[in-house]
Amino acid sequence: MDSRENKSIYEYLFTGEPLPATSGPPSNGAMLGPLPTTIDSDERRDRLRRIATEIRRSVVEMIGRAHAGHIGGDLSATDTLATLFFAVLRVDPQAPRDPKRDRFILSKGHCAAALYSTLALRGFFPTQDLATFMQPLSALNGHPNRRKVPGVEANTGPLGHGLPIGVGSAIASKLSGANWRTFVILGDGELQEGSNWEAAMCAGHRQLDTLTAIVDRNRLQQGARTEDTNRLEPLADKWRAFGWDVVECDGHDHQALFDAFTAPRSGKPVCVIANSIKGKGVSFIEDRVEWHHKVPSPDQVKLALKELA
Amino acid sequence: MNELATTKVETFDCRQAFAETLIELANSDPRIVAVCNDSVGSSNLGQFQKLFPERLINVGIAEQDMVGVSAGLANGGFLPFVCGAAPFLTGRALEQIKVDAAYNALPITLCGMSPGMAYGELGPTHHSIEDLSWLRAIDGLVIIVPADPAQTRAAVRWAANSGVPSYLRIGRTKAPSVTTDDSKAFRFGEANVLRQGRSLTIVATGILVSRALDAADALAKQGIEARVINISTIKPLDEAAIVAAARETGAIVTAEEATTEGGLGAAVAEVVVRHAPVPMRILGVRGFAPTGSASYLLDHFGLSRDGIVSAALELKGQ
Repeated sequence: MDSRENKSIYEYLFTGEPLPATSGPPSNGAMLGPLPTTIDSDERRDRLRRIATEIRRSVVEMIGRAHAGHIGGDLSATDTLATLFFAVLRVDPQAPRDPKRDRFILSKGHCAAALYSTLALRGFFPTQDLATFMQPLSALNGHPNRRKVPGVEANTGPLGHGLPIGVGSAIASKLSGANWRTFVILGDGELQEGSNWEAAMCAGHRQLDTLTAIVDRNRLQQGARTEDTNRLEPLADKWRAFGWDVVECDGHDHQALFDAFTAPRSGKPVCVIANSIKGKGVSFIEDRVEWHHKVPSPDQVKLALKELA
Repeated sequence: MNELATTKVETFDCRQAFAETLIELANSDPRIVAVCNDSVGSSNLGQFQKLFPERLINVGIAEQDMVGVSAGLANGGFLPFVCGAAPFLTGRALEQIKVDAAYNALPITLCGMSPGMAYGELGPTHHSIEDLSWLRAIDGLVIIVPADPAQTRAAVRWAANSGVPSYLRIGRTKAPSVTTDDSKAFRFGEANVLRQGRSLTIVATGILVSRALDAADALAKQGIEARVINISTIKPLDEAAIVAAARETGAIVTAEEATTEGGLGAAVAEVVVRHAPVPMRILGVRGFAPTGSASYLLDHFGLSRDGIVSAALELKGQ
C-alpha cells in the first residue's frame, strides 16, 4: 500500500500535496462482472447464488487466515451484498468516485470481510489483496476505510453511524438533482442504537424515497438473541411508524431481495427486513451465538469450504 | 458616568459575521449547505433559511444524526456547515465528529455556537468548556477559535475552501475587536503577535484576547512589557511562535474560556516542555461553574484583565 496513506492530514495541508486518492484504479482481478440487466430471473438467481458462494468461501478463508473477524454476520449479509453489487447498484469499479454513482454503506462495519470480498470480486481491487485482511499495515482493516479501499463509501465500525450518513446521501441526491440511490445495511442488534431512530425519523419526515435501509435480521447479537437482550419486535411497525414503507423477505432469496431493492417507490424511504440466518451456509456456524466473532480452526475452515462447494 | 460612556469600547459577538459570510459564500457556491439541530435562531441562520430554504437542513433536536447527515452530504459533493450550540454539538455527537467527519476526512465545518460559558446562568449543562480538549485529541480535525468578527469572516472563508474537517468556535459573548485589517485578520495555522514584549508572553484565544491586551496595558504601567499572542488556530498549533515566545520572554501565561485541562494551555505546554521549558500559568475554567452570568463567571475564574495581571506578576515573582 502507498506509504502516504499513513501521513496525517495536516502534512498534506502544509505541503499543498493533494490528498491521496480515496480510491485507486483497480489493476486487475474482476473475477465476476455485473450481471447484464437483460438477464432473465432464473439465470440471475443462479448466477447470484454462485457469486454468493464465492463470497462466503472468501470470508471463511480470510477469517481463518487472519484469526479474527465476524464470521456470523458476514455470512448472514452475503446474499444482500451479492444482490446489491452484482444486480442492483449503479457503480463502476473503473470510476469508483463518479459523482452520480449509487451509494452503498455498510453500517455493520464489522462485517468488512464480506464487503471486501464482494468489492474484490466485483473488480474494485485485486482479489489477491484479500489475503492481507487484517495483516499489519494492510488497507483491509477489521473495519472498512474509504480512504484506503476503493468502493467503500464510509468508515464504519461503531454501530448506529451508517443510517444518518445514508440520510445525508439521500438528501444530497435530491438537492443535486442527480437522483442516485442509497442503500444501507444495518445489523438488527445495531437498531438498539438510538442514532438510527433519529435518522429514521428524519428520512420519513423528508420522504427520502431514494433511500433503502436493509436490516440483516439474523436475530442474534454479540451476546445473545436480540429479543432476549433488548426486544426489537414489532420491528416492521416501528419503521412504518417512522414513515417508511416496509418489505419483509427471505434474506437469502436473491430474487426476493432483488425485487425488494428495485420495486417502484411511493414517496417514502424503504426498509427491507431481510430475515436471515447468522452464519448462513456453514452448518456448524448457523444460528449459534458464539459464532459472532469466533474464529474457525484450520480443520473447521476445511469443513466449511467443503460445505460451500 | 460621562467619562465611562465616552471611553466605552464597542463590542461584538461573532455570530452575525458568521451568518453573513456563510450567505456570501452560499451565493457563489451551490455546494454550501447549513445543517442544524433546531438552532436556526441561536445559530443566526434565519436569513440563510430565507435565501436558501432547500439548503438549510434542520434535522431537529438530533445532534448525532446532524453530524452523520453532514457526512452523507459531504460524500455527495456538498460542503456542510454544521451549526449547533457547542456543548451539544461536541458532547452529544463526539463519536460522529471523530468517525464520520475526521476519520472519513470529509470537508465538514463544525460550527460550535455560543461556546465556553456564554450561556452563563443556564449552568454547566449548557457550558462548553470541554470542547477544545475533546476535539484536540481527534486526528485530522482543525480547530479554529476566532477572536472577533473579522477573524470569523476569514475563518469561515478558509473552512469553505479547505477540503478538510474543521471545528469553528463561534463566540456569543461580546468582546472588542482585536484585528483592524480584514485581509490580515486570520491566516490558517499562524499565530498573530498583537503586541511585542520581552518580559513574558500572554497567549490567548477567543474572547480572552482583548482581555490579554488590556492586561498587557496594565502590566506596562508596572514596567513589565508583555508580548501578546492571539492563537486562533488551536490545531495545528503555530509551534514556532510559541517556541520563540518561550525563548525570548522566558515565561508564558495562557488564557482561554475553556477548562484548564487539555485546551490551549495544554497545547502550548506540550510544545514548551519539548522545545524550551519555561515557567507557565494556565488560566481557564476549573470545574463545573457555579451560577452566574457569563461575565460574572469569567471574572470568577480569573479570566479577566486583573486575573491575567495577577498570574503574570506571580510568574515574574512580583
